[in-house]
Amino acid sequence: MSAAGAPAADAASAAPVLAVRERRAARWLLAPALAVIAVFFALPILAALALSFTDFDIYALGDLHFLRFVGLDNYGELLASPRFWTALRNTLVFTLVGGPLSVAVSLAAALAVSARLARFRAFFRTVFFLPTVTTLVAVAVVWRYLYHPREGLLNQMLATLGIAPVDWLGDPHWALPSLILLAVWKNFGFNMILFVAGLQAIPAQLHEAAAIDGASAWRGLRDVTLPLLAPTLVFVAVMTAIGHLQLFAEPYVMTGGGPSDATLSIVLLMYEEGFRWWNMGQAAAVAFVLFALILVATAVQLRWARGPAR
Amino acid sequence: MRRRAASLLLHLGLCLAALATLLPLWWMGVASLSAPGMAAGAPAWLPRHPTLANYAAIFTRLDLARYLLNSTLLASGVTAISLLLNSAAGYAFAKLRFAGRDRLFRGLLVGLVVPAQVAMLPLFLLLKELGLVNTYGGVLVPGMASIFGIFLMRQYALSVPDALLDAARVDGAGELRIYATVVLPLCRPILVTLGIFTFMGTWNDFLWPLIVLTDDRLYTLPVALANLMGEHAQDPELMMAGAVLTVLPVLLLFLALQRSYLAGLTAGALKG
Repeated sequence: MSAAGAPAADAASAAPVLAVRERRAARWLLAPALAVIAVFFALPILAALALSFTDFDIYALGDLHFLRFVGLDNYGELLASPRFWTALRNTLVFTLVGGPLSVAVSLAAALAVSARLARFRAFFRTVFFLPTVTTLVAVAVVWRYLYHPREGLLNQMLATLGIAPVDWLGDPHWALPSLILLAVWKNFGFNMILFVAGLQAIPAQLHEAAAIDGASAWRGLRDVTLPLLAPTLVFVAVMTAIGHLQLFAEPYVMTGGGPSDATLSIVLLMYEEGFRWWNMGQAAAVAFVLFALILVATAVQLRWARGPAR
Repeated sequence: MRRRAASLLLHLGLCLAALATLLPLWWMGVASLSAPGMAAGAPAWLPRHPTLANYAAIFTRLDLARYLLNSTLLASGVTAISLLLNSAAGYAFAKLRFAGRDRLFRGLLVGLVVPAQVAMLPLFLLLKELGLVNTYGGVLVPGMASIFGIFLMRQYALSVPDALLDAARVDGAGELRIYATVVLPLCRPILVTLGIFTFMGTWNDFLWPLIVLTDDRLYTLPVALANLMGEHAQDPELMMAGAVLTVLPVLLLFLALQRSYLAGLTAGALKG
């Protein structure tokens, strides 16, 4: 935090009037942004915690006199609710299977476009990045037809291979994997760009030295590239996990959380409880479960990053 | 010989991956240009009986022009206001000296770990009290400043030379004037990057507009599209045209400005 350089500090102490002016300017420049964040972000977060200890529902929405303090009842009810456990399970599967898969595809794409033999790198990079700037709801329109049991491209491709059609979004076993595939397609380009930047930061001499020592491409990747890429890998893993834990739009538009809750996620549960049934106390408890999951994911992965040094 | 084989394999893989990546987008375009009923059955590489009728229909029958206008106004408004507020705060944190500055900044960064969804329930109640539910304001207000935006601006503003600021001070320029005429022009690259991020983020945002907008005249494109998907499940070509209309503006924006977008993305990530 050596933001204010030493020479400038001398100039300021030489002119206290300027220092006062600087303080006043700082106040004016900071006030609007900090006020917005305080009122529309910080305050609601604290209110959400309070809300999760109340039975705020549709009656309280009409008249606050119906509001009662219920302590930890909302959390207790969640733990006793099978739908909550379903949502938690689906979210964790989406995160723990979809997340690593997404990171692996990103890494493979980054290694391919960064390979010394690769040509037209900028073209491939742009193509792979395109899905990440698209609107999820819009591409969901297409993917719903790709997954269509009769007319969808996926099943027609399977048919040419002689494989029986799969009801991708209608079969409880396939619905969540289908959303994972959509998410990988939609997001892998983003992490790929971060990996490409990380790969560029590795000095070329290291690869050359490994090659001269007779290391195979595989060993070069395992012993030189991946260890040096570790900081990027950790950052990408944390961000991907956090993004996956917030799963919402995919099930909302593709499956509505079905079939039979097979794609119900934590955030979708929060949305339904809070904004469809107006059980806002209950929904706030769900929101804090999400918060806790994100904290745990961050802590685990940061720890793993520092972990046993190789 | 081995080298050529490896190169062939690599490019074969890259081309297949590119094909798989583009296929859904390509098919979206093809279907949107196909006559009704034609997109069903085997997906085609080129539109059968190409027509613009679906695009005419989304404007006449579905009034997508209104949603396009809503999305454009909201994304532009959020982008303009948040750039102003975030850059002012980011500059103050980077360059102005006042007591408790670094402690305040570190405190702000703690907020980065809290997911936005946690704030949404009370935020809805607050905006309801303020009469902002189901207005443009309801979508706009929470996006007017962001911790991430302030962070990105601060990191960039750190590189502004102190000597330049002190020279302006000696010339008698006021602090706000220095921000507007010296700092902002120097921060142009990061302003462009953050601007694209914010515009695309707001354009593509789904959950918050879905919550705060109840009147379909105010819907943004993604909310309108999700709503129409149920009603028009039998008109795939029509929905594809709507999807193209939703995606095309951000795709073009990205293709036009991809250099500064990608540069900013990696800079933000590596410093973070």
